[in-house]
Amino acid sequence: MTDVTCFSADCNKSKLFWGLLALGGLVMLSTLSAYFYIEHHGHIVTGMNNQIVWGLPHVFAVFLIVAASGVLNVASIGSVFGKKIYKTRSPLSGLLALTILAGGLAVLVLDLGRSDRIIVAMTHYNFKSIFALNMIFYTGFFAIVGLYLLTLMDRKLKPWSHPVGFLAFLWRLALTTATGSIFGFLVARAGYNSALYAPMFIIYSFAYGLACFLVVQTAMYKWNNIQIDEYVLGRIKNLLAVFVAASLYFTAVLHLTNMYFAKQWDFERFILVEGDTYPMIFWLGQVIVGGIIPLLMIFSPGAAKSPARILIAALLVIVGGHAQMYVTIVGVQAFPLAIFPGYAETSSFFDGVVHPYSPSTLEVMLALGGMATTFLLTTVAVRILKFLPIDKLDQKH
Amino acid sequence: MARFAQWLKLAALLGVAVAFAAIPLRQATADVKLPGLENRKGDKCVEDVDIIRRNHPDLLKHHRIETLRQGIRTTKYSLKGCVECHASAKTGSVASTKDDFCVTCHAYAGVHLDCWGCHASKPKAKSAPAADQQASPTMNPVQTGGVNR
Amino acid sequence: MTASHKPERRDFLKTGAVVAGAAIAPGVLFYGIAQGRAPEEGASSLVRWGMLIDTGKCANGCTACVNACNTENGLSGKTGPQDSQWIRKLNIKHLQTGIEHNLPMLCQHCANPPCVDVCPTGASMKRADGIVLVDRHICIGCRYCMMACPYKARSFVHEPLADQNPDVPRGKGCVEACTFCVQRVDKDQQPACVEACNADGHQAMLFGDLRNPESAIAKAMLAYASVEVRGDLGLNTGVRYQGI
Repeated sequence: MTDVTCFSADCNKSKLFWGLLALGGLVMLSTLSAYFYIEHHGHIVTGMNNQIVWGLPHVFAVFLIVAASGVLNVASIGSVFGKKIYKTRSPLSGLLALTILAGGLAVLVLDLGRSDRIIVAMTHYNFKSIFALNMIFYTGFFAIVGLYLLTLMDRKLKPWSHPVGFLAFLWRLALTTATGSIFGFLVARAGYNSALYAPMFIIYSFAYGLACFLVVQTAMYKWNNIQIDEYVLGRIKNLLAVFVAASLYFTAVLHLTNMYFAKQWDFERFILVEGDTYPMIFWLGQVIVGGIIPLLMIFSPGAAKSPARILIAALLVIVGGHAQMYVTIVGVQAFPLAIFPGYAETSSFFDGVVHPYSPSTLEVMLALGGMATTFLLTTVAVRILKFLPIDKLDQKH
Repeated sequence: MARFAQWLKLAALLGVAVAFAAIPLRQATADVKLPGLENRKGDKCVEDVDIIRRNHPDLLKHHRIETLRQGIRTTKYSLKGCVECHASAKTGSVASTKDDFCVTCHAYAGVHLDCWGCHASKPKAKSAPAADQQASPTMNPVQTGGVNR
Repeated sequence: MTASHKPERRDFLKTGAVVAGAAIAPGVLFYGIAQGRAPEEGASSLVRWGMLIDTGKCANGCTACVNACNTENGLSGKTGPQDSQWIRKLNIKHLQTGIEHNLPMLCQHCANPPCVDVCPTGASMKRADGIVLVDRHICIGCRYCMMACPYKARSFVHEPLADQNPDVPRGKGCVEACTFCVQRVDKDQQPACVEACNADGHQAMLFGDLRNPESAIAKAMLAYASVEVRGDLGLNTGVRYQGI
């Protein structure tokens, strides 16, 4: 029925399109109902409390925000570094950067205690706050990437795509630096308070973003019955491997530096060995599922010929990314704050004890809203505009 | 940023102006009861009624910033002052039922009230707490019950 | 550090007080001028409110300060993970020696408060006289300040509230913490916790102006060694502890 405005090759797949839209809409509906329920009753209906102040919604939201800046990398490699196979992917990369960021921000906003005051958040800025700077970076990101998409898709503006793409590249580096610094600048908590968070989040964003890109690209190719070129897939999968390996490296450096400081030993023992479920989520989720298995799959013989295998590797990186965010956000909060280092603390306010956290169903519903937002926006966009990356195989590489 | 805030204010102002312009139309078409503003002590507000009606949000906002951020504790434009004079004789509150002072007019104008989620809509029980709470046990349940747990 | 006072105005007042009140109890008059403040006069940076807590006098199991805080500020007094606690009794036991201390833990009213640094909207703010407050009118409930506070001094209001104390507005969706009972301090009264501690005869909490060398707290801080909690963070707290 919308075939008149349809420019892509999948115009005859209306049923599937509306089906996907309905699916995304249903998830979105559950997200919104959870939001209004929490808004009405207060956060008492969630598993979050005065000890674990950021929970599952933040895990999902920060993952999406980090992935959003990373997914733009594909375009950057194309526009800034002039690689042809990435250039054809620039529009899709730019689009995903916008839709994924929109998803992440939606969850963050919906979880605010006073989400009705979003205007306040946009009109009152404390410029010393890295959080406020992030809001400016996000807004700027939308504007710059939007402009970049315009230069890619409008023939007259095409010459501008290189400088605007370069600006977008610099901006996204600044944005992820700021996102990492949200945690890095927290002097109070043992697990944060490290300058490593900024570069580490940039590397994480490379990996998560490319993984998200691969998943979407594979789905679109499948939908259009397009076989991806072996050379192209080989290049992209190797890039993913580099990013995943670099993520593991940064994770290792963070924990090794912590272990160098005696005052951090208790925290490291908590997060790596003893602490509740967090060591398991770290080792099994972040390191093995999100790091080692994808690496093995990517370097397994014949991987470049198997889009399915690469798809699974990318999905595992995404799962591992959520595990990483869970450990980084919830795990670090669960570790009791040392108000008097060297003393054992007890009080009515849960001092000195590991803080338990069990997310309620409402939080899960709220958290999934980010993915649903991204999914809906992307599905509509790729239907009405031409985002499908098509490799011209004859003029190879 | 200040520029942007100004624009926003202007836009809000325009919106309010349009809303006010729409009120007479609504009156003509629907059978809406005019708000009754009966509840008050004394015979004079802190400013002329015209000024208060039009400017009370600004006066309150200005006062709240001075009090909270600078510690200026004058009482002329304080919200507590409003509550003390305008609390209903029946409910003891300015905002607990739809006939109470603030609600009746805000419902009529269709303007959302955001004060009473945090601020007490009833005047403070008079200073000697024990005697006063006996006199009006409904005044301040939070203070009478469950505090010393 | 905090006792670094700006002498000009105070000395002027002092001189004035001494000259004018040579015959009529100059000490009392000076106290009146230095502490009292007209309603239209704002909080001044010539004052810095602080608290000195003597852990040696803080009784194990006594919760007079906590109860007084709850009553004054209209807190429920419940102690679930989602309930607000502005002040709490903390028991600390040294891991090597086993020595124990009791103390009330509350907002430390830092001169360099991390909560104010991180707040995106500027809702977390510090008054000129050093009292750290949350402006609930522009608090969006993001809880970043709770992530940043080294003392776990802040609570998030998890449910709708009713029947607040008219002097202490508080409500769902915003972050809150000890205000040093700013509504009382502005009326020249002591915070409720300090009053209750004194009424119980413990005298473990001393409240006053750190910048006024004549104040009891400034004199006590000269006489006894006191520490800042997490002094390594360099936050220059308004609340100090002696006896640890």
